[in-house]
Amino acid sequence: MTRTRHSLPSPFANAPDVWQAELAPLLARDEQVVATLETDLDVHLAFSPGQVVLTDRRLLARSPGDEDWAVWPLRPGLSLQHHDHAGVGTLELHDAISRLACWRFTLAHNVAALRLHDRFAEHLAARLTGQPVEPLDEAACPTCKAPLPPDQEECPICSRELHEAPSTWTLFRLWRFARPYRNQLLAGFLLTLASTGATLVPPYLTMPLMDKVLIPYQEGHPIDTGVVALLLLGLLASALLAWSLGWARTYILALVSERIGADLRTTTYEHLLQLSLEYFGGKRTGDLMTRIGSETDRICVFLSLHLLDFFTDVLMIGMTALILFSINPALALVTLLPLPFIAWMIHLVRDRLRTGFEKIDRVWSEVTNVLADTIPGIRVVKAFAQEKREAQRFREANRHNLAVNDRINKTWSLFSPSVTLLTEIGLLVVWAFGIWQVAHDQITVGVLTAFLAYISRFYSRLDSMSRIVSVTQKAAAGAKRIFDILDHVSSVPEPTKPQHLDKVQGRIEIRDAAFRYGNRGVIRGVNLAIQPGEMIGLVGHSGSGKSTLVNLICRFYDVTEGAIHVDGIDIRSLPVADYRRHIGLVLQEPFLFFGTIAENIAYGKPDASRAEIVAAARAAHAHEFILRLPQGYDSLVGERGQGLSGGERQRISIARALLIDPRILILDEATSSVDTETEKEIQKALDNLVRGRTTLAIAHRLSTLRRADRLVVMDRGQIVEVGNHDDLMAREGHYYRLYQAQARNVDTDLDEQLAASAEAKPPLKNAP
Amino acid sequence: MTTAPPQLTRDPHGRLQLTAADGSVHEGVVPVRAFPIAAPTEGIALVGEDGHELAWIDRLDVLPEATRQLVEDELASREFVPEIRRLRQVSTFAIPSTWEVETDRGETRFVLKGEEDIRRLGAATLLIGDSHGVQYLIRDLFSLDKTSRRLLDRFM
Repeated sequence: MTRTRHSLPSPFANAPDVWQAELAPLLARDEQVVATLETDLDVHLAFSPGQVVLTDRRLLARSPGDEDWAVWPLRPGLSLQHHDHAGVGTLELHDAISRLACWRFTLAHNVAALRLHDRFAEHLAARLTGQPVEPLDEAACPTCKAPLPPDQEECPICSRELHEAPSTWTLFRLWRFARPYRNQLLAGFLLTLASTGATLVPPYLTMPLMDKVLIPYQEGHPIDTGVVALLLLGLLASALLAWSLGWARTYILALVSERIGADLRTTTYEHLLQLSLEYFGGKRTGDLMTRIGSETDRICVFLSLHLLDFFTDVLMIGMTALILFSINPALALVTLLPLPFIAWMIHLVRDRLRTGFEKIDRVWSEVTNVLADTIPGIRVVKAFAQEKREAQRFREANRHNLAVNDRINKTWSLFSPSVTLLTEIGLLVVWAFGIWQVAHDQITVGVLTAFLAYISRFYSRLDSMSRIVSVTQKAAAGAKRIFDILDHVSSVPEPTKPQHLDKVQGRIEIRDAAFRYGNRGVIRGVNLAIQPGEMIGLVGHSGSGKSTLVNLICRFYDVTEGAIHVDGIDIRSLPVADYRRHIGLVLQEPFLFFGTIAENIAYGKPDASRAEIVAAARAAHAHEFILRLPQGYDSLVGERGQGLSGGERQRISIARALLIDPRILILDEATSSVDTETEKEIQKALDNLVRGRTTLAIAHRLSTLRRADRLVVMDRGQIVEVGNHDDLMAREGHYYRLYQAQARNVDTDLDEQLAASAEAKPPLKNAP
Repeated sequence: MTTAPPQLTRDPHGRLQLTAADGSVHEGVVPVRAFPIAAPTEGIALVGEDGHELAWIDRLDVLPEATRQLVEDELASREFVPEIRRLRQVSTFAIPSTWEVETDRGETRFVLKGEEDIRRLGAATLLIGDSHGVQYLIRDLFSLDKTSRRLLDRFM
């Protein structure tokens, strides 16, 4: 364990500034504060602030709600115990006879508590032996024990935790995806402008048609065919122009939006693949599938259809307003009167609709989730005859969906007719005011006709514009959920200043590692150094943290505390993909992708030659059974490897690991799911694989670990014994008991044996 | 497991001590509820330091008063599921979001990492996990005040 201490010029170098004033009168002249802890719970677990301070000679504490500090001088027999359970940490001060004090805190303060706990032991020992505590020059991060860069307080590895929320202007963030297409977008914009202008010509032409042709005719003048032909030709020309421009615009913008949608989808998926297993553990498949599948599509439709329409509408309204004002300002003013009302209504409804649509999305995910849960588990559903219940669950999800939809439709259904009503009223006002103006000879009949032609378009656009509210909100909700994925920083992030490992020797060092899954501490205080080429057998009951340890070494998760070094480099400072290239993994349940056997073997090295593939298969003892298949290496296997037995699939996955020739090899119960005969086959294959590589093997059956150089016995998240088989047997500890339990069952069936070891598993993993 | 009431005492270190039917004494015994939310007063296991079950209590209310008190005190000191009474403020409706809440254990704030950390347990009960693994309980969604419900609604 790396111990750190700064040289301390001030007694408060280790205390927050705000405490100085309070602490100063309590301390002796040369007394040094070495660690502090802010607690946030009282003994009854109510939120309440308190403090614990460790100096080089005393422990001081102020309990929540107390004014005075309690003081315990460091003396023999004192001990400080730390444990945590269900999100609450506890520090207890004991002497030989009884408990002296107890402090509780949420795990936000756990790091400080652990530091105080460690320092307490050091300083107590120092006081007893008279030896000063050895200060270390190197500053290290209190959480991960990684050395800190000079002049930096925060650890670059730990400070990555991100708690800020993404901005709410989510839709504008789509610009990142629109940028590459800005030229096309500009062209689309200009075309929109032109085509909108073209559609505004026809109503304008109705004015001369009325005033110069029809009304003079009613008053007895003959119709001027030349003018009529010209005007009608103008109408036709503008219609054709609007049509062709509209076609070009829609085509260009639809192409662009489809591409933006595709980019969005692939980017999201690529990002998703980078995220750690922890993220996938917490999400449901159906939900992720909806987000990437249908929601990118919705955004795409929004961009190509609705946004475009909306834009055209805005332009149309702006241009129309200009024309109307140029013809007759008074009438134009009256015409535009309902506009603010409609804007106000839109604003009013917006908020309710947005939350509603977010809700609908979530409910929709729920519906998909039911499907994603049930379909892969269909064998279980049918075996237990629970079809009815699953159908009921789906019905329930759909009912919820309906209920949420009904609620939002209540608002929504009121919205559209109201806009229409306002439109009608607006028309009425224009008619009334227009007739009055005509009667007073302020405008001609032609002008009124043109106005009515304009505003019937105008209002119909307004009506469709109001629809943009809902689609925008839907798209924004979709975009938010997409960006939720995109903004999620992987909990196994890429290092900012990556180091490179070209040639890995395979020395692994685990320092003081702890891992917490949610509020459950899975492993803690694990220290282990593995030499290059050494084979380590990990032994323990299920749930003792073996697989977690292996997952940490693979960097599927990052350690919560402590560090893992490979060849002396913290694995967190290596690029993730680079690092994993050096690791071969063989799992209990081998996963075969849809494709040929050759493709599956070459999964980790797609450019492998056929000779390499065959060599790997040979070494994995898979060659012969592959040849027995009708299409040999070109046989297709499905996602769960239909048509292949468990042992065969396992040997394919061993070949897969062999092909990438990793320096570090991890065997997670590689032989557990097969019978003894097959196990021997696989064992032979594994022996080839293990040779010369640093190997970590997990096995229930201790006999499979006979080749291991050292056995590491884990129990409830900690390493309890290390040594070879004979040592551990001689010690008559955990390993001895495990071995005895298996030896007794050696004649019994494998299933019974597994059941026995499962039964022996402790019911509570985290008991203090 | 045992049907007779377990013989529990508390030692000066504040730990529970169980004297089993065969006379053996176990130190540092911890009571664990089997169904902390669905049936908190039924099914309580007494678990030893090594994580093995030592005794099983079917129902809390049939225990002798003194024993029950011991078990309840120990449970109270181990259980930390603050019950949210009111949501005062949330920093944002997107996640991660910092919530300021009033609970039965006082006021506090926590970071909600994802919407999936809000879990429904039955029609009106919610369990909310924060970024440090503390679980907050909303026992009855409908008994919250309007503002809290409106805020909460945005996440569900």
